[in-house]
Amino acid sequence: MTKLDRATRSAGSVSDRKRGLRVVAGAVCALVAVGASGCGAASREAAERAAPPAGGVARVDRTVPPQPGPPPEFRLPALQRLRLSNGLSVTIVEQHELPVVELRLVVRTGAAADDPQVAGRASLTADLLDEGTATRTALELADAIDFLGAELTTYAGWDASIVSMHVLTPRLEPALELMADVVLNPSFPEEEFERKKKERLTALLQEQDEPRALAAKAFAAAVYGPEHPFGTTVQGTRESVERLDRQAVVDFYRTYYRPNNAFLVAVGDVTPATLLPLLERAFGSWQPANVPPVRLPAPPPARPTAVYLVDKPGAAQSELRVGHVGVARDTPDYFPLVVLNTILGGSFTSRLNTKLREEKGYSYGAGSAFDLRRAAGPFLAGTAVFTDVTDSAVVIILDEIRRIREEPVPAAELERAKNYLALGFPGRFERTDGIAGQIIELELYGLDDAQVNRYVERIRAVTAEDVQRVARQYLDPDHMVIAIAGDRARIEERLRAAGIGPVQTVEVR
Amino acid sequence: MRHRVSLAVWAVLLLAVASPLASQERERATVDLPFVAFTLPNGLRVIVHEDRSVPLVAVNIWYHVGSKDERPGRTGFAHLFEHVMFEGSANVPEGKFDELLEAAGGNNNGSTSVDRTNYWETVPSSALELALWLEADRMGWLLPAMTQEKLDGQREVVKNERRQSYENRPYGLAWERILAELYPSGHPYRHPTIGSMADLDAATLEDVKDFFRTYYAPNNASLAIAGDVDADSVRVLVERYFGEIPPGPPVPRVEAPPARLEATRHLVMEDRVQLPRLYMAWHTPAIFKEGDAELDVAGSILAGGKVSRLYRKLVYEEQLAQDVSAGQDSKLLGSTFYVVVTARPGVGLAQLEAAVRAELAAMATQGVEPRELERAKNKIETAYVDALQRVGGFGGKADRLNLYLFYAGDPGYVEEDLERYRRLTPSAVQEAVRRYLVDAPAVVLSVVPEGRQDLAAKEAS
Repeated sequence: MTKLDRATRSAGSVSDRKRGLRVVAGAVCALVAVGASGCGAASREAAERAAPPAGGVARVDRTVPPQPGPPPEFRLPALQRLRLSNGLSVTIVEQHELPVVELRLVVRTGAAADDPQVAGRASLTADLLDEGTATRTALELADAIDFLGAELTTYAGWDASIVSMHVLTPRLEPALELMADVVLNPSFPEEEFERKKKERLTALLQEQDEPRALAAKAFAAAVYGPEHPFGTTVQGTRESVERLDRQAVVDFYRTYYRPNNAFLVAVGDVTPATLLPLLERAFGSWQPANVPPVRLPAPPPARPTAVYLVDKPGAAQSELRVGHVGVARDTPDYFPLVVLNTILGGSFTSRLNTKLREEKGYSYGAGSAFDLRRAAGPFLAGTAVFTDVTDSAVVIILDEIRRIREEPVPAAELERAKNYLALGFPGRFERTDGIAGQIIELELYGLDDAQVNRYVERIRAVTAEDVQRVARQYLDPDHMVIAIAGDRARIEERLRAAGIGPVQTVEVR
Repeated sequence: MRHRVSLAVWAVLLLAVASPLASQERERATVDLPFVAFTLPNGLRVIVHEDRSVPLVAVNIWYHVGSKDERPGRTGFAHLFEHVMFEGSANVPEGKFDELLEAAGGNNNGSTSVDRTNYWETVPSSALELALWLEADRMGWLLPAMTQEKLDGQREVVKNERRQSYENRPYGLAWERILAELYPSGHPYRHPTIGSMADLDAATLEDVKDFFRTYYAPNNASLAIAGDVDADSVRVLVERYFGEIPPGPPVPRVEAPPARLEATRHLVMEDRVQLPRLYMAWHTPAIFKEGDAELDVAGSILAGGKVSRLYRKLVYEEQLAQDVSAGQDSKLLGSTFYVVVTARPGVGLAQLEAAVRAELAAMATQGVEPRELERAKNKIETAYVDALQRVGGFGGKADRLNLYLFYAGDPGYVEEDLERYRRLTPSAVQEAVRRYLVDAPAVVLSVVPEGRQDLAAKEAS
């Protein structure tokens, strides 16, 4: 670690104001930048009026907020799309301010392809890519990458398996060679497989200590049931991981890691003229093959609102997750949904955060998100509240979901949310990893470039009627899963008395 | 600035001819963060950095007060105060601070450490004036709008933060225990920034007023502005909004003699966890002092990545541990070096402590390989270049200018900061490990599952 990380790293010595909110927002955005989890705005007129200007003879009128000028002009970086001789598609965005390059090799298959019986297979496959290749051991790979000061990460989300490389431009060539070795020639050594499997099983055991993980797992299981991949997690369960052997991982790799089922994104201090020959040399020998499509079962039909309680004796707080099946990333209602979520729980001044944190003081932060995947991922609202107000917090969340369906959003609140999204949009293009995330989302879900190029005008076009329409269409407070990890002895009775719905205790594997 | 980093490239053939990297040139990035600085008559220090690459501007204020400045019985107050700062001021009604910024497409946050409190807004460059107005209003006129209700509301939020981030998190109370053992009674670093529930409950409106008058004055703050702006216009705006805020009285500075441990202390704590975890903590030199960079690099050599010494041995080869981390937590009055190891099921912490000590001893006696030092330096170099990608937020360019001003007395310290690492020799790292870790006492905390004290590390007999 270096001094750069000083503000966030230390041994519990820094407290930041909004971490509570981010915990919820971040939890649902694990894969690529998933649409609606950005942050928007909303809220309540303040009760107090401004005090008269203070400070003696005022040389400046402080009573009126300075109005921001017209938004500065912002030109989106150009996407250059190319193809290697084996068909691998490449998208390049040039950014020459700093000598850095971000490369992402995206395989269009992730954990959604894992039957629940073998949940964890896609992510274990990704984990093993850099644990040995035909010519290098795990330690040799790690040493070579670290020596370049580069960062190589391999991971799987629901819809993709991703290998990313971040490196200073002058060291791009050797870094690219290592990246390609990991993608093309992984050898999945038996002892490395056993080691990573044991590590994963231990990590899953540790999650039994984490109230957040318990609530999230109980939520997914209750919403999607035992037959659907989304009913578990990308990492799998202890049972499913126990079932995996080396062959399962090798098969996943051979089936899905193919150039015709992948694409490459490069952002940073590169040009097509210099990069393309390097990519051709690195990835040109990768052989295409037929890749079977991934078919998901339909999620189970929604049931009336019910509470699923994971007992965590002595817990200082209750972790809540409230929601149901949501919508897929390619929904035509993307933009109204982004605005809806911003108002409901996607920003600091959103209704959920304002109510549960600022007005009631129940929580350190609350939020919501539509987890947009290739198939419909969940909508969920979440927070952690102190034990004694668990039932009240659930009632508030359900009330806010009802309210946004029943009442049109006031004009000022809608405008604030739209401005937050539209004016904040250029900020997503400040860093190479942010730009890469935007492009991956376009490519992975086959979206029109207009989703990025016309983002601002499409957000601006959303009306209060649109928001109410999608709220009614995609939120159903009468069919919610309410998952809670908390101290059962102190919360169960009041949950039952609150009349939210039936309460059952569940075990999380 | 078009180019914020220039590359001075020269070729240095690597030593081993057989290395796959043998023919590669060794390049070196020059990290450059140019700025203009000035001080207002009321003592406010201002730093401006122009970066036109994206139409954003970052406003970042550091108040030179942290949890180290809290008085007895008021632990957690600096952080509680930070929360109250967002609840409105004379011209900003409650709730409007966030609403106005979000309506302008901006983000904001704040944080409190042992040493300082920072606040930032990142907004489209057309909203710079709004951000300055908001920051100036709460620097100058927080108290006319302060109420008991605002304090009570944020007290509840902060208590929830303590529950969420400490009490309800596995191992969440470990550092509170370590600090209480590491520092003597009355030392400014003896308690964590979050404070205790009892002290949070005890905080009064009068405390808020006193704290504001003592520490939240322009002469105890620095303001950094980085982004798509021009320095001359920024100066006019800063003078307009901050110029008439009166300076406060001279600010008291806490002082503490360097903390020392007489002997290594072993502690045990039970928690609702599956796996035991070992924490080791040592007193080390303050930020930017001799030894600080050495220990930073030692942390990387010990636990940064798969080929680092402790990771390789404990996690990769022997598989006694699930994870390991090590590093130098650099602070103003003296730093802390830590090693944290989570055991695999069934592994006792005494065995892990012995393994850590053996590795430290090996570094102290046999030294550090040139290649592992080079690896650490290269990773640091990449991190420094990367940090220049962002103008705002925690760790962005505006925040770093303030960090260097606060800790090094010079916003232009970035190149010297990186140079500290480049200068390091294997023997300097070896010497620091010997002096500050091997030959020095430590606090050793074992966090074990309930009823499993048998897994704890013990005093050497």
